Amino acid sequence: MKRFIARNAPGYIFLLPWLVGFFLLALGPILASLYLSFTRYDMVSAPRWIGFGNYEYMFTRDRRFWKALEVTFHYVVLAVPARLAMALAVAMLLDKGLRSIGLYRAIFYLPSLLGASIAIAILWRQLFDAHGVVNQALAYIGIRGPEWLTNPETSIYALVALAMWQFGSPMLIFLAGLRGIPRDLYEAAEIDGTPRWRQFTRITLPLLAPVIFFNLVLQTIEAFKTFSSAFIISNGTGAPADSMLFYTVYLFNEAFKFFRMGYASALAWVLLIIIAIFTATAFLTSKYWVHYENERD
Amino acid sequence: MGLDEATRIAHEFKLRRLKRERNGRLLKHAFLIGVSFIMLYPLFWLLSASLKPENEIFGNVDLWPSVFMVENYTKGWHALPESFTVFYVNSAIVTVLSVIGNLLSCSFAAYAFARLRFTGRNFFFALMMMTLMIPYHVVLIPQYVQFLQLGWVDTYLPLVVPRFLASDTFFIFLMVQFFRQLPRELDEAAMIDGCSPFKIYWAIVLPLSLPAMGTAAIFSFIWVWEDFLAPLIYLNDIKSYTVPLALRLFLDQDGQSAYGQMFAMSVLSLVPVVIFFVLFQKLIVRGIATSGMK
Repeated sequence: MKRFIARNAPGYIFLLPWLVGFFLLALGPILASLYLSFTRYDMVSAPRWIGFGNYEYMFTRDRRFWKALEVTFHYVVLAVPARLAMALAVAMLLDKGLRSIGLYRAIFYLPSLLGASIAIAILWRQLFDAHGVVNQALAYIGIRGPEWLTNPETSIYALVALAMWQFGSPMLIFLAGLRGIPRDLYEAAEIDGTPRWRQFTRITLPLLAPVIFFNLVLQTIEAFKTFSSAFIISNGTGAPADSMLFYTVYLFNEAFKFFRMGYASALAWVLLIIIAIFTATAFLTSKYWVHYENERD
Repeated sequence: MGLDEATRIAHEFKLRRLKRERNGRLLKHAFLIGVSFIMLYPLFWLLSASLKPENEIFGNVDLWPSVFMVENYTKGWHALPESFTVFYVNSAIVTVLSVIGNLLSCSFAAYAFARLRFTGRNFFFALMMMTLMIPYHVVLIPQYVQFLQLGWVDTYLPLVVPRFLASDTFFIFLMVQFFRQLPRELDEAAMIDGCSPFKIYWAIVLPLSLPAMGTAAIFSFIWVWEDFLAPLIYLNDIKSYTVPLALRLFLDQDGQSAYGQMFAMSVLSLVPVVIFFVLFQKLIVRGIATSGMK
């Protein structure tokens, strides 16, 4: 027994801050939020148990919940592929023997680092203003741009553009992945006269699949969690006509504007389940479409 | 076909390839410069708008201001009920404490996971990896209730204390990746010499992990500096606002026309991040490539 303690003590001593944090800031709150999701709770009186009431209301009667899901999914479907395509295209351009790669890489990454800040969200509001830079640029080529942010049809594209502008970190990960593809594969293909696009579909894509997969999972989770930019650009409400009512914005307003803590907890749990299902599906199906180099033999 | 003929053809083939490659390179540079311009244009626009008189900001693509309105900066600094000196001090307090907390607590946990043997290690490691995936919004409400009951709302404690408990799990993962690469023989030799695990952590693992610690420090600095949601929830008194919350106040002022000042303060809020980026670009790039962060 003494030996058991002596052997394990150092590990647990070093782990202690995290362990305390894990129980008090992660596990505890997750369970508490599960409990709260079955209650009505306004922070004034004690939580009142209402069973599945919140979930029932959410799925059958709450049209804003469905709207928030629609907006968020719409955004994920547009923004993630756009950002990844951009990141991969630029990474491939940078990959092959250019000298000033460091400078380009820095320029392309900078927006990603700044992108989460409120200053950029404020800037974006002005760029996509009816008389903003985007519409002025469009006017140059003879297109009359819409009133991006006040038109429910177009407002989401301002946010998609913001997401595309921040392709920096998947680009860096793609660059690292491209470095790992043996050059002689391309040389052999070149000698065989394989066209470029075929080299791309037959060599680059399959060998890069694990990296693409990794970026896809990571970026999708990030996109589901989009908050600050949508919050600032839509004045904290998700307007116009709830077209920027991102899931997290809806959750925030339910919790901290209307103090419907029980209902907001239920919303949070649905978000957790959506992300968990997505991640699990991605990993379970990955063996059908992602081949890892070392698993071949 | 003689040998000469063959070399001639081969030579010509090579010349043609070189020429194609050079043209390709030029085209590539032209394209990349174009993309760079588009990428940087919004930032230039922000900088230029922050120096323009109010009537030139909109309806004018020209980046060069007709007069340089330095007043936007001096007036903007005092445009809100509290001066930006207060907001910067607040942000600095929160950021510095959070970075210290992150580095200490995450390196502790990472050292345990990567270098020490104990029962339950794999189990806890798996738990830790799972918390990486959990959206902050799920723990937000119970945490808020908890901190409210502790009387911590409107203090910096809800922003800082979790960081001393390794709540930014991502950095544990980053450090574990790095610590694992250090040669085991170092620990073993030190152990034989009678070093305690703490001594090994402090005198061997940490000094050898400065790049990883640097990367973690830079990213936690930037993320905490830009953090909006947690301050938005926990700080109500304008005297305790951090810079991002203060910037939002510009948007809330009704019927104002202080765009120039708002942009000026926006530019200033980005300056620390840009400085860090310029100084530590290599660490940042390597950090992302090896760990895949957002």
